[in-house]
Amino acid sequence: MSILNRTRTPKRAAKGLAESNPGRKLLGSKFATITVWTIAALWTIPTLGIFTTSFRDKKDIVTNGWWNIFIHPHLTLANYHAVFFGDGQSGLTNGVLPYFINSLVITIPAVLFPITIATMAAYCLSWVKFRGSDFIFFFIFALQIVPIQMSLIPLLQLFTGGVHLGTVTLIPKLGIAGKFAGIWLPHTMFALPLAIYLLHNFISSLPRDLMEAAHVDGASHFTVFRRIVLPLSVPAIAAFSIFQFLWVWNDLLVALSFSAGTEGIEPVNAKLAGLVGTWGSHWEYLTAGAFVTIAVPLIVFFSLQRYFVRGLLAGSVK
Amino acid sequence: MQIRKKGMLVAVAAATVALVATFVAPANAGTSSAACANVGSGYAVNKGATVEVFTSVVGDELSRYQAASKDFTACTGITINWNGSNSFESQLPVRVAGGTAPDLALIPQPGLLAQMVATGKVATPPSAVTNNVNRYWSKSWRDLGSVNGKFYAAPNSANLKSLVWYSPKQFAKYGYTVPTTWAAMLAQSDKMAAAKQTAWCGGLGSGSATGWPATDWLEEVVVREAGATVYNNWINHTVKFSDAPIIHAMNTVWGWMGNSKYVGTVSTIATTTFQNAGVNIPTGGCMQLQQASFYAASFPTGTVVSPTGDAWVYYLPGINPAVTTPVEGGGEFYAAFNSNKATQEVQTYLSTPQWAVSRIKAAGSNGGWLSANTGVPNSAYSNALDALSAKYLADKSSTFVFDASDAMPAAVGAGTEWTQLTNWFATGASATTIAKAIDASWPTN
Repeated sequence: MSILNRTRTPKRAAKGLAESNPGRKLLGSKFATITVWTIAALWTIPTLGIFTTSFRDKKDIVTNGWWNIFIHPHLTLANYHAVFFGDGQSGLTNGVLPYFINSLVITIPAVLFPITIATMAAYCLSWVKFRGSDFIFFFIFALQIVPIQMSLIPLLQLFTGGVHLGTVTLIPKLGIAGKFAGIWLPHTMFALPLAIYLLHNFISSLPRDLMEAAHVDGASHFTVFRRIVLPLSVPAIAAFSIFQFLWVWNDLLVALSFSAGTEGIEPVNAKLAGLVGTWGSHWEYLTAGAFVTIAVPLIVFFSLQRYFVRGLLAGSVK
Repeated sequence: MQIRKKGMLVAVAAATVALVATFVAPANAGTSSAACANVGSGYAVNKGATVEVFTSVVGDELSRYQAASKDFTACTGITINWNGSNSFESQLPVRVAGGTAPDLALIPQPGLLAQMVATGKVATPPSAVTNNVNRYWSKSWRDLGSVNGKFYAAPNSANLKSLVWYSPKQFAKYGYTVPTTWAAMLAQSDKMAAAKQTAWCGGLGSGSATGWPATDWLEEVVVREAGATVYNNWINHTVKFSDAPIIHAMNTVWGWMGNSKYVGTVSTIATTTFQNAGVNIPTGGCMQLQQASFYAASFPTGTVVSPTGDAWVYYLPGINPAVTTPVEGGGEFYAAFNSNKATQEVQTYLSTPQWAVSRIKAAGSNGGWLSANTGVPNSAYSNALDALSAKYLADKSSTFVFDASDAMPAAVGAGTEWTQLTNWFATGASATTIAKAIDASWPTN
């Protein structure tokens, strides 16, 4: 309930702002509406092209443009059939459906782990005062700069060989390359800096009075975290979950590098990439495959989108 | 909310069933005498062992590899896990450096093989493999599997690039014939141009590998004009791109594929994907396309690929009579990353004619798989296109050269040569400018 109340007030404030701000007035005009719709339409054209192509016959695809579908509607579900059930040429006998489970098994923990750790870390960095907490926060923030491509091989070496200094083993080999854990860990590691940053900004802006009142009532840090901070942070957590879900779901690089050729743990993206065939002669399957794979992120996005804008604003702009 | 949750549960349950159904495969590997007869003798039984072969082959073709190795598994108990990835070329170095190297890798570029050998992780093949390769492959193939004179990798399949796709039906309709000399080929192209037909079509687009078809055109002309010695010196950069023979060859290519009389607007070649380049051949929208034997898969379903059908190939004729039957091809090589018993057994099997025949059988009448293994009889091919290609590959009198861009250092052969030749077709810059730009990018060490 408290969340609902909180969001109503800024809305009213925004309305007042629009009336007094000439920039807002301009954006609300008919001209602006038309511009926005034109840009949106232009932006959608390539997607529309892929979408119509996914229903066309290979012969049509290679001989004329996708817009011909409106003049000569000749629709086929062959591409979707190939993606779901294989193409009958024994290429992908079972289609990509089984790999959806792999994608989910990879994605769900890879969203839950960083969110859990980041929420706790963000609370700790904003409300538990200890020496060097600012430095740690700054250091974590700076870690966002490390590009994932640079750390693929060192991380893989850590998983397979551990870290040794001469004969002293600093970190034993983890032995998780080619297992799901070997994919969860890199995703978690790379999500943490941004997750902690976003959630820190949100959690540190919670009213101090709430925390103090709770502490006066004898609540420990853990109780405050669980009973006050966690319920209040739901919009920010949901917003970051959407982000992280989309990143992990769409990821191909980490999955390819860390699945280490283990067929059973490959996500659906890795399988889809293979649908085109060795010489790329079946690229028409990719059009259907693209729409099959975006189905899940779309469901996640639409079911959580009411948190999305709210959560992002709460985390970044104050 | 309740309904949505239920729906998701059903979806998860359905998908789980599908998952279980996929991964419950029969695991009754054991020795079978019928299978062993097809495999050959001398293999130790090694029940339960799995050997991973990492490859760039995916889709249909990968499942034919799986089918072809069934007898071996039935006979020896060793399961071969064919693991294909489109990003093989970038994944293999990552896996080798990261410590998750596959047992065997099927490497299509001698340049990449050399790079892998340089890491020190490639195992020396057992003597059985060396013996097979000495016995069944020509010296040029053995050399391609060697690095600094030391043999590492046995060849797998081969593909023939020196082919021109055309439509026998369209040729018959207009009274064209298959040319046997370069001059006759261009003379007939002039006739097509005069009749307002597109004599040649081409496409360089291929995602991040855009430009490779142009390297093939240049290579074909270089070997046809200057012969194998200049060609091989060109690969190791003793002959530079800006040297006379290569510039001459570039001008010949420009008079052929860069000739607006034959191809229409030249710059469209740079923007057309190679898969789409020849799709109008069956209908006469375009008369000829220089492309490798594997282009057969790019025609729309229903296209009859036969000597009298919608599409077929002729051998790209020679230019210089001193160079007899110049043939350009590509191929793949098996490199091992450990010396385990099971890995070596598989490595040995993959170098035998028995394996090649089994793989050809798995391809069936669709074809698409050739071997330069001389132990394979031409009668093994049930696909006419493959039989024709294999004839040229196995021909002892032919001048065989390997795809130069695959053998050059990757920075050039899979880098600047692609981009500069694409640039050449897109802008029509002079051959000298393009050649100099490629030379400048040659790695110094």
